[in-house]
Amino acid sequence: MSDTAEAVITFVPDTDKESKAIFGFWIYIMTDCVLFASLFATYAVLRNNTFGGPDGAQIFNLPYVLAETIVLLTSSFTCGLGILSARRRHKNKVLMWFSISFFLGLTFLALELSDFRHLAAMGDSWRRSGFLSAFFTLVGTHGAHITVGLFWMATMLFRIWQVGLTKANVRRLTLLSIFWHFLDLIWIFIFTIVYLFGVMQV
Amino acid sequence: MSKEKPVAVVSKHSTEYGTLRTYFTGYILSIILTLGAYLLVVNRHTIERSVVLILIVAFALIQFLVQLYYFLHLGKETKPRWKLFVFGFMVSVVLILVFGSIWIMNHLNTRMTPAQVNTYLSNQGGGF
Repeated sequence: MSDTAEAVITFVPDTDKESKAIFGFWIYIMTDCVLFASLFATYAVLRNNTFGGPDGAQIFNLPYVLAETIVLLTSSFTCGLGILSARRRHKNKVLMWFSISFFLGLTFLALELSDFRHLAAMGDSWRRSGFLSAFFTLVGTHGAHITVGLFWMATMLFRIWQVGLTKANVRRLTLLSIFWHFLDLIWIFIFTIVYLFGVMQV
Repeated sequence: MSKEKPVAVVSKHSTEYGTLRTYFTGYILSIILTLGAYLLVVNRHTIERSVVLILIVAFALIQFLVQLYYFLHLGKETKPRWKLFVFGFMVSVVLILVFGSIWIMNHLNTRMTPAQVNTYLSNQGGGF
């Protein structure tokens, strides 16, 4: 029996630990989707409660939002290329792709914050109406996730530069890439439900 | 005894990861779908409104599936498909949460006019 047990231990490859980590992280991502769903539901309910303030069609700048979308999508794509390089243990390529992802993510965040600042300066902050409260909460929560992701990415870049592509680091990078792709998924719905529907005055 | 197979379930996940080609396909498809939805809304005055709405919802859902498949590799895992199972549960919770909220709140909204709300609140000793 003990022989079998030993055989089992040696037979289990390292990928098993990784797949468990990925599955655990996947469950976290799924619960985060439920968090976003509650914010989307709030937004859908409050979207017409403008209280005399502007509605979506008046404040959304579609070309600007399209630029944000393309930047975030490209960031998600380069992050995927980074993971492919990590599998092949190409340290410099990993550093390059994830640096590009990081700066694209930073650009996205800067665009979003400057949009928020512009709205607040026009007097259309979250205090203006139910619609704007729901808008800032939903888009802001996504932005907060992006901020967390950027900190995580910066930490990973530093660690990989310092100690290289160890098994643990590749595993963490994989989780980070799942997180980053997930934020892009959420953005598809923000782009469609908040911005496109807003301009269409649904 | 020695012929017994190892008890631990060892899964081969090598197929779960993408290649350069799959990431590239996912990226190009996402760009096309995003630009398609954008152009439809930009040209909303020349196209039938319901067509625009149906198409942008369809484009969003297709892009969602494209990114799930090409970026998150959902559906590529081997037999005990736990990721897909948890995903299906998430989708059902999300649908109930979102459509349930919209349904209930719209129902309340149509059944209560602002005047009724005011009367109700003043009967309670409050009111605007």
